[in-house]
Amino acid sequence: MNALPLILTVFVACAVEAVEALTIVLAAGLTREWRSTFQGMAVALVVLAVVTAAVGPAISYLPLTALRLVIGALLAIFGLQWLRKAVLRATGFKALHDEASAYLKQVAAAESAAKEARRGVGDWYAFTLAFKGVLLEGLEVVFIVITFGDNQKNIGGAVIGAVAAIVVVTITGIAVKAPLTKVPENWMKFSVGVMLTSFGTFWGAEGAGVRWPGNDAALLVIVPAVALVAAAGVFWLRGRGAVLAAAGTTENSEVHA
Amino acid sequence: MKHIKAFGAFWYDFIVGDDWHVAVLVVAGLILTAILAHAAGLNAWWLLPLFVIAALAWSLHRATSHYKN
Repeated sequence: MNALPLILTVFVACAVEAVEALTIVLAAGLTREWRSTFQGMAVALVVLAVVTAAVGPAISYLPLTALRLVIGALLAIFGLQWLRKAVLRATGFKALHDEASAYLKQVAAAESAAKEARRGVGDWYAFTLAFKGVLLEGLEVVFIVITFGDNQKNIGGAVIGAVAAIVVVTITGIAVKAPLTKVPENWMKFSVGVMLTSFGTFWGAEGAGVRWPGNDAALLVIVPAVALVAAAGVFWLRGRGAVLAAAGTTENSEVHA
Repeated sequence: MKHIKAFGAFWYDFIVGDDWHVAVLVVAGLILTAILAHAAGLNAWWLLPLFVIAALAWSLHRATSHYKN
């Protein structure tokens, strides 16, 4: 398979995660202290690098069939969760992820926390905030890089997509010195959800012993088909939302993130 | 014990997320596909996509249906 779809999918998925991590890092750095924030980021990046270096090659020792079955299942489940959230957000059944409001919440919490030096770190709160933010968002990046890279036998291509996304988001964040509120996050998540679900379905079924008609070319049908089904879900729920709104029922019904 | 539980909860939330039915349907689809492929010799490439579509539709329905009047 051509490396371009792999690089683009990883790029978009990682850009979404990088935007969310940037919001947390900016809140920690601008309201607390940059030195401790950078220390937190650096430690998180080291942990992520160790996880990638350890898990990536270890997984590649699995037989290809088992690898595709397990990773296909994980990707399909993971992708469907992204798609589900994106469809619910696009139709008003779940609040849109708002970087500006997420930033303000982090800033309010950061401003009210006491400053405390610990283990050679000047501001422990800024350190842990940056560490957790980068680690949690980064784990999703690592998951996508390893699953896509290992399955395609192209970890290098997946890493290029991820690093390019992180660099682009970081440079943009430094330039605007604010959370990237203009990024169409939900539609990016929708697209990534479609790609993860499609690749997960393709690899999972192959791992279960199926041969797709047309082999890799089947993805050219699976990806648009999944996108079409998800888009149909948006139209279906918009119709349901309109009925509920007319009946006076509240929007943004799903409260848990 | 608390840390093990927290670790498990993190990975459950990371992979399975808000609706465990999705994971169950995907795994069921894979098991059935494997049974058909290996035991019955049937190349059931169409089965998993059906389960995936059903999982998405069912999950969306569940997430919004309790707001019916």
